Amino acid sequence: MKTHSFILVAGFAAFLQAAAAADITGTVTLNGTPPPERAITPLKDDPTCGKFYTEMPTTHFFVVGPNKELADVIVMLKGVSGKSTGASAPPAVIDQKGCLYGPQILAIQTNQKLLVRNSDPVLHNVHVTPAASGNKEENQAQMPGSPDLTFTFPAAENFLRVKCDVHPWMFAWITVVDSPYFAVTGKDGTFKISNVPPGKYTLTALHRKAAPTGMDKDIEVKEGETAKVDFTLEVK
Amino acid sequence: MPQIPNNSWLHRFALLTALATFLLLGAGGLVTSHGVGMAVPDWPNTYGYNPFFFPFSKWVGGIFYEHTHRLLASVVGMLTGILALWLHGRAARPFMRWTGAALLILGIANELLLPKRWADGVVSGATGLVMLGSSFFWPRCEPAAKWLRRLGWIAFVAVVLQGVLGGLRVVLSDDALGIYHATLAQLFFALTCSIALFTGKYWQKSFSLEPQSEEDLLNPKTGGASVLASRPAGEKERLARTLAPPLNLRHWLVGTTALILFQLVLGATMRHQHAGLAIPDFPLAYGRLWPATDPESVARYNERRVEVVAANPITAFQIDLQMAHRIVAALIVGGVGLCAWRVKRIRGLLGAIVFAWIGLVLVQAALGAATVWSNKAADIATAHVLVGALSLVTGVLSCIVCFRSPEFARDTIVLSPVTTGVPDDHSIAAGPAAAQAQS
Repeated sequence: MKTHSFILVAGFAAFLQAAAAADITGTVTLNGTPPPERAITPLKDDPTCGKFYTEMPTTHFFVVGPNKELADVIVMLKGVSGKSTGASAPPAVIDQKGCLYGPQILAIQTNQKLLVRNSDPVLHNVHVTPAASGNKEENQAQMPGSPDLTFTFPAAENFLRVKCDVHPWMFAWITVVDSPYFAVTGKDGTFKISNVPPGKYTLTALHRKAAPTGMDKDIEVKEGETAKVDFTLEVK
Repeated sequence: MPQIPNNSWLHRFALLTALATFLLLGAGGLVTSHGVGMAVPDWPNTYGYNPFFFPFSKWVGGIFYEHTHRLLASVVGMLTGILALWLHGRAARPFMRWTGAALLILGIANELLLPKRWADGVVSGATGLVMLGSSFFWPRCEPAAKWLRRLGWIAFVAVVLQGVLGGLRVVLSDDALGIYHATLAQLFFALTCSIALFTGKYWQKSFSLEPQSEEDLLNPKTGGASVLASRPAGEKERLARTLAPPLNLRHWLVGTTALILFQLVLGATMRHQHAGLAIPDFPLAYGRLWPATDPESVARYNERRVEVVAANPITAFQIDLQMAHRIVAALIVGGVGLCAWRVKRIRGLLGAIVFAWIGLVLVQAALGAATVWSNKAADIATAHVLVGALSLVTGVLSCIVCFRSPEFARDTIVLSPVTTGVPDDHSIAAGPAAAQAQS
């Protein structure tokens, strides 16, 4: 009887918390003229990888929409740690296809599994080069058709680099967050962070080039209300 | 009695070893220039294979450069080992016999006990068999001088150490080891070229091969003066013109060579930052004579840079490093120019070496500029590494030639007009000991 009561109370408390949680939404735009993207000439020149492309592939550091919407921006609650649900979260996947990583910008939680897939008919090696202590540097070969490689990172880190040493133009950045409160903007520049408990926070927007250390904005999340914050990043 | 057996084949082999080392330097340079130093993540195997049996179909992307580099390194190691043995002459045969037998037994044991690693056994056994078999008829010559035999073993130890350094750099993923590996490569190349010089006819004909004590140098029978005294008159004058530059030339040669070595270390440190071009323009630096390196400026440089390969972010340290590299380059051009000025009246090997040197450093400076203008194109950056190596070797050889000529000994003999028939401004000033030798 006591056990049943406890379960009922705990469940009701969780329901109340979920009901009180709110979302944070917004849009990220870019001011200024970004530097032009460059042709990935070594990729096109590679006898194996070059066959995947009829046109010259280019870098895509700045993915900017017609209304200056900026993609690949990681928006997260700053200073919130110890809330990670990564261990039970579904794994994130990064694929090696056409001798490029996709996606190139990814955000995951601490201790969340990251699966690295090789969809190419060519050998890659996956070299993870973290800077945060606690995250281990690894360098694993991955033959074509072999199982996904699995990585986990126990420490929060912005823009942890993954690269292929066989094909030096291949690289991606993983931002590891110690909470579930983050999102990555799509091509429309929008983001949505769900189920944020009410309170006052600092929201930070990180972009690999335009804001590598983040642009901060203070925000208050009120019970049941969607908070809206827009960011405008500058490129000088 | 000659210190080196007159063995032109030994000399040719030493030249071959030096040439192979030069090619190896190029292969290593291409690895770093392409940013594929970690393309093969294991060592000494290659993706689990014995490196000599790695399937050619898997030599893709950066693996091609790194694996070729490792194979060439094995060839250079083998050539250096053979050179070291050859310098020992016939005395090397017992060592070869025992070592060959041991390697052969090891290879057979490997086949029996570790059949999955059969390739390792084949390599060990084949090496052992060749060593053992050849020990019955080679080498045939007399041993070289002790100091030269020692140089041969130093070269062998250096090449083994170089291999270990390269392997550890990969296994430990340590960029600092990459810098040591690059520096030792340059020094090793200088050593192989020196051995090639010492085994050549020019060295045997022109210089005494044993280091001479001060007493010997001043001895009328064996010292420097006797070298000239024994020559016909016309040759005395020719030798005096060849051998009588200003005494402090050797200081300039040594100093400039040391500066080149320092520059190579700077260059290796820059390359192993793996940060691409820290300064994208030349001769200016970010549009200025001296670039801004405050945090905001550096952040702006990184923001505006669009990397095609996985380069590390630019830091203020890397910018300062490149500026130092540019300044030292200018000092080197000045130093070599000064050396060339001071040897301008000398004919013969030293003069030729120093004039080639000035050509090399000018080409090197041009390649440095081209490396920046081409946004660090791999072939141009590698050519820059190779010409840098040649510049170092040229400096080293000019120092050796300069120092080993008896006329450049510490208290050297005055080449008086009576002895040489050459006007006094070609004389070398000497101390009291020389005055005693003259009397």
